[in-house]
Amino acid sequence: MAQTVMDRVIAIIAEQAVLDPSDVSPEATLESLGIDSLGLVESIFAIEEAFDISVPFNANDPSESDFDISTVASIAAAVEALVAARSA
Amino acid sequence: MNRVVITGAGTINALAHDVPGTLEAFREGRCGITELEIRDRDRLSIQIGGQVHNWDPEAHFNRQQIVLYDKFTQFTLLAAREAVAQAGLNFDGHLGYDAGVVLGTAGGGVNTWDENYRAVYEEGKNRVHPFVVPKLMNNAAASHLSMEFNLKGPAFSVATACASSNHAMGLAFQMVRSGSAKAMLTGGSESMLCFGGIKAWEGLRVMSKDACRPFSLNRNGMVQGEGAAIFVFEDYDHARARGADILAEVAGFAMTSDASDIVMPSKQGAARAIGGALRDARISGDRVGYINAHGTGTAANDKTECAAVADVFGPHADRLMISSTKSMHGHLIGGTGAVELLACIMALRDGVIAPTIGYEEPDPECALDVVPNTARTAQVDVVLSNAFAFGGLNAVLALRRA
Repeated sequence: MAQTVMDRVIAIIAEQAVLDPSDVSPEATLESLGIDSLGLVESIFAIEEAFDISVPFNANDPSESDFDISTVASIAAAVEALVAARSA
Repeated sequence: MNRVVITGAGTINALAHDVPGTLEAFREGRCGITELEIRDRDRLSIQIGGQVHNWDPEAHFNRQQIVLYDKFTQFTLLAAREAVAQAGLNFDGHLGYDAGVVLGTAGGGVNTWDENYRAVYEEGKNRVHPFVVPKLMNNAAASHLSMEFNLKGPAFSVATACASSNHAMGLAFQMVRSGSAKAMLTGGSESMLCFGGIKAWEGLRVMSKDACRPFSLNRNGMVQGEGAAIFVFEDYDHARARGADILAEVAGFAMTSDASDIVMPSKQGAARAIGGALRDARISGDRVGYINAHGTGTAANDKTECAAVADVFGPHADRLMISSTKSMHGHLIGGTGAVELLACIMALRDGVIAPTIGYEEPDPECALDVVPNTARTAQVDVVLSNAFAFGGLNAVLALRRA
């Protein structure tokens, strides 16, 4: 069965947060999951590797980039956009 | 306790291949950060750096030397020749036994690692040059200085990431002050601007793609540099007895560890190092006129550093000047504190404060006098040089006018 982008993003974030994927909801923020700045950079790296995309992200100002990291759902949406842009 | 003075200085960095050229660039607020000229640059997302251009090793070293000298060693030797020539010291006689070398470098022979990994992994070769190990080892530069100048006392290198040079110079200072050496060559060197060296930094997502703008609200990260600076630290009585020209006095040093996070800086750890250097020098904070900041241009460093300075100096923090010359020469990692000490000497000796260039917008979290964009004339008697490394290792030097 093909996994959705959301499922795969949740799996990556769950692994980083040392949680079961069922405990990571789309509405959750990374902060609420206990992911710090290093964990965020590592998650983005894992996402880039998993989806073969480049995420525009600068740790100096995460809110400035186009990649919205405010919730798990926003990350999944941003990943979907990047995957679509790559195959376009 | 002996007083310790600086009697020689030498450098090569992105701004110039010597001290006079570097100080001129500081005075003019010139930027040495350019598009990188390295192999496979098109595969890098970060394509700028404070690179040493027009570097011709064959102008300075023979073929047998070049096979043994990684670029970080070459830079070190060139800077040391300038420093020793200025100091006018000859270590060939008895002085050699009372002299040594402590150098800072974070990566050592990174270009040598890079080239040889390429050979065995990418090109599939099964044999490397016999001198790869003596060329890449972190202590190679210290050892070659000992050989070139006959330094037979303590000789070693220090690796504390971005604070390596300041730790090295602090230890050299303590050795001369305690009497365990009459003179020490010290400073640091780094040459990490190769594909692997930049690719590793890219991973952290803290690098700027356009410029290093310390303390500016629109700063977006650090820019790597390369090069070396070497100094002669000498016992004051020894220097005076021979009529040496004294560039500055090294008055104090302190090092602290945050013991908290592998990359995030700590205000308390930085403040303890700054305050500790002042106490070690027995100088009150209100006499400090200038601080050469660590000022990397990252969000995390610059606001933490400004908060630490505000904590240590109280109201005097608004009267002193603090600038980051990394905006001009980039971040030389393990060599950075050494190149930045040149700006400290220029402030004390020439009364010129090097600016923070690329400054565009005030940041309320960095509300100090950062000497934006243009050098300034000012008489200062005491200066500090900050270095705060990954790993939470902080090292601050205090210098006084000679």
